[in-house]
Amino acid sequence: MILAALIFILVAGGLLSWMADRWHPGAAKWLALATVGIEFVLTIWLWLQSASAMALPAHGGWLAETRAEWIPRFGVSFHLAMDGISLILVVLTAFLGIVSVACSWTEIQKRAGFFYFNLLWTVAGAIGVFLALDLFLFFFFWELMLVPMYFLIGIWGHENRQYASIKFFIFAQGSGMFMLVAILALVFLHYRSTGVLTFDYFELLNTTMSPSTELWIMLGFFIAFAVKTPIVPFHIWLPDAHTEAPTAGSVILAGVLLKTGAYGLLRFIVPLFPEAAAHFAPVAMVLGATGVLYGAFLAFAQTDFKRLVAYTSVSHLGFAVLGIFAWNPWSVGGAVMQMIAHGISTGALFVIAGILQERTHTRDMRRFEGLWSVMPRLAAMGLFFAIAALGLPGMGNFVGEFLVLMGLSSTSSVLAAVATVVFVASVVYALALVQKTFHGENTHGWQLPDLSGREMATLYSMAAITLWLGLYPQPVLNAAPNTANSPPAIAVASHEINVE
Amino acid sequence: MSSALHSDSLHFDLVALSPLILLAATAIVVMLAAAFYRHPRPVMMLTLAGLVLSIASLFLPPGSASPQITALLILDHYALFFIGLIVVATFVVAVLCYRYFGGDESRHEALYILLLLAALGGGVLVASSHFASFLLGLELLSISLFALIAYPRFTEHPLEAGIKYLILAGFSSGLLLFGMALVYAQLGTMQFVKIGIMLAAPDGALELYGLAGLALIVTGVGFKLALVPFHMWTPDVYEGAPAPITAFIATVSKGAMLALLLRYFLMAGAHQSQSITLALSLIAVATILVGNLLALLQDNIKRILAYSSIAQLGYLLVGFLAFDRLAIEAVAYFLTAYFVTMLGAFGVVTVLSDGFKDGSGGEFHGAAERDSDRLADYAGLFWHRPWLAGVFTAMLLSLAGIPLTMGFIGKFYILTAGVEASLWIPVIALVVGSIIALFYYLRIITVMYASGLEATSEAIMLRVASPSFAESATLAALALLLIWLGIFPAQLIGVLEGAGVDLT
Repeated sequence: MILAALIFILVAGGLLSWMADRWHPGAAKWLALATVGIEFVLTIWLWLQSASAMALPAHGGWLAETRAEWIPRFGVSFHLAMDGISLILVVLTAFLGIVSVACSWTEIQKRAGFFYFNLLWTVAGAIGVFLALDLFLFFFFWELMLVPMYFLIGIWGHENRQYASIKFFIFAQGSGMFMLVAILALVFLHYRSTGVLTFDYFELLNTTMSPSTELWIMLGFFIAFAVKTPIVPFHIWLPDAHTEAPTAGSVILAGVLLKTGAYGLLRFIVPLFPEAAAHFAPVAMVLGATGVLYGAFLAFAQTDFKRLVAYTSVSHLGFAVLGIFAWNPWSVGGAVMQMIAHGISTGALFVIAGILQERTHTRDMRRFEGLWSVMPRLAAMGLFFAIAALGLPGMGNFVGEFLVLMGLSSTSSVLAAVATVVFVASVVYALALVQKTFHGENTHGWQLPDLSGREMATLYSMAAITLWLGLYPQPVLNAAPNTANSPPAIAVASHEINVE
Repeated sequence: MSSALHSDSLHFDLVALSPLILLAATAIVVMLAAAFYRHPRPVMMLTLAGLVLSIASLFLPPGSASPQITALLILDHYALFFIGLIVVATFVVAVLCYRYFGGDESRHEALYILLLLAALGGGVLVASSHFASFLLGLELLSISLFALIAYPRFTEHPLEAGIKYLILAGFSSGLLLFGMALVYAQLGTMQFVKIGIMLAAPDGALELYGLAGLALIVTGVGFKLALVPFHMWTPDVYEGAPAPITAFIATVSKGAMLALLLRYFLMAGAHQSQSITLALSLIAVATILVGNLLALLQDNIKRILAYSSIAQLGYLLVGFLAFDRLAIEAVAYFLTAYFVTMLGAFGVVTVLSDGFKDGSGGEFHGAAERDSDRLADYAGLFWHRPWLAGVFTAMLLSLAGIPLTMGFIGKFYILTAGVEASLWIPVIALVVGSIIALFYYLRIITVMYASGLEATSEAIMLRVASPSFAESATLAALALLLIWLGIFPAQLIGVLEGAGVDLT
């Protein structure tokens, strides 16, 4: 029940904020904040409830489950379940929900009710994606979160918003259609061999199919996840969408929507298609390593603050892809860690970009320069998160990247060596970002107010989480490896490469 | 004794036929009423009452065991479902017509008679099991439609559209008739079931005569359904016809034809002919791709919707080609979703248009020479007419197949049927087509939500008529239905499962 509540609270909260704004302008943001606040408290409560269970090494995986009949004709049920990986991603989503409401507080002035409606529904869709264990339901949420995100970018975005929003929608929806066909093909293969028509994840886990069929079906899933994650060369929608979106949209896109793609790789590709994934893993890992380097190099070439951060996402998520396809407890743990840490640190960088944009009305780094003397608090936070993004030890991203490389080196030391090069490239772009924006003389004569209390609370809490993830990553790692070891154990059995 | 039995069975037949009889009777009553008391309001009320009665009679318990009523008509669950769909769609169109054609100040009573007759034609089509009733229903529908399209008869565009439709409909009826004759020449029967039995016999297969006949029938129906390459007339007629009548052509006329075609294929065993199914799959692929690509080039909402409806029919064919129980359900569900969506979309266009008024001299003149159908008419609509824009958005998203709408479940159903029958090429065409389609649906949505166009939108606000209560209620009901059945489709699927049993 609690799982369904996690989704319906957001859905109802979104509708309420929309309505409330018509009766009482200004009420929408308070309602939205209350909604995500309740959501966050609930998810933390769930985590505390299950923390002890997850710490057990032999723990079987599923912490909560809800199932109700939905469309019996197709064997579709409303089946939600939560294991460790879902749990931490849901916690991350709820936290970034609060951040995105907070960073829109003064930015969004026009049509605030509809804005918060879209924001909350996007978050609701993402939480649905993380919880759904019925393939139809999964696809339902997968598509559902696109529409409100499209509106967020298309209505409240920056200069080139219409182009960016349409590009985003077509990439995401189009790739989703291929996944839908793949889901149906899988379901009917299962139906032909067993006579049971079902979309349930657990029942489809052990579907027998010929290797070539398996590869084709897996590619259908892969293309959808590759667009969302994003994996080079399917990333081309991302810089536009991230740059043009309003701050909250960028935070949710980078922090949550990209994670749904990586989550899909982890939850569906490897467990459902162990053989094909094993065959395909070298290709996917090469694409991941390419993304790591390519994203970092392109980031360095940007002059637009948000575009730079957007390209770093391509680089960071490349690590997650590497970790997932290397498929051993270290690398998968590292991939999950990377997803969480990237969500927080990149989210924070987008919040900083939003604060700069709100005050200076530009994102062009050539026009900033010397902001340290004007806004010391913001500049310090900028430096902090830039350093987190480059992977300094003691911060969350380092743990993720280190674990991924450690796991990867046992699978493919060449790729691990190649990916390590990024530690140089990321230092270059992160320090370039700090230098261009904050250091130097204030030649443009900026006179700007420093962080307000609300902005400080947002950024400081994100900084604290980044440090916590870097210094004490165990709670997250406790949750993560379950996926690699337990329920889809078949995947590990057939694919495992010299663990221990 | 025997006469008692006979009268009993006659009684049962009349009960079974009551939905169609009530439609015909309402048409006559409305005609008489209009002759003696020429006021549109009571005439429209009578029309609506007749339609409601006809729907109610669908739920009468079937008296006899066999749904076959004479050799001509068969009123099984399949037929009853589609008659229900047609009658409800006619109801919606009748409501939309009232203000559009001038309300109580205009003499447009004849419109309702024509609408009822067209609905009767559609009802006969979906229930027909014989070439004779097929042609009867078709002509009843087509002839009423010429008059309906050209109803504002002193305005240029509707007249042009009416003549185009007249020529094409005549042409396609001719092809159809010749095709029927050829099939009859080989098999000597015009009953679908008998054709099916003959072809199912060991040595029974269509010879050249019969095959050519079947090809001609598919061509004739293809014109009516606006399948590529028989689609040329569609955008012009859709653009020229008055908006509510366009909604009627897009839904009732196409839906009835498709339901009939599916019945013919399944009952008369036409799907066993390899060459015909191959041709149909080529037509499906071409229809999807051409419809979607040409829609990209349009700037007129009615033309975009016309090409979109061409593409939607292509999607339908993908499910159609599976030829099993799932296919029937898929086609029926998709068609229902398509009805709701198209009625809603053209409903919004209707509500935003001034429509035509009948002056004292019997002369029609619109406040504008055209409907509000240019893309620019919709700029910033969301910010001054949020509900209307919301309904239109929901309809467009449904056409694009986005979750929470019926269109999503419909497309899912069609894909399911296609994948189950391993129709990979049509399925891939469907996927590619849906991706192309996103461009033009999003284009309309983006225009509606664009801000910073206050100057132009004010001018539009003045120009655009305000909807009546009945129109608003109808559109709201359609939107709610769209979303409700998009989230909880199980009940409708249950009904469709019943409808699918009869044909296979």
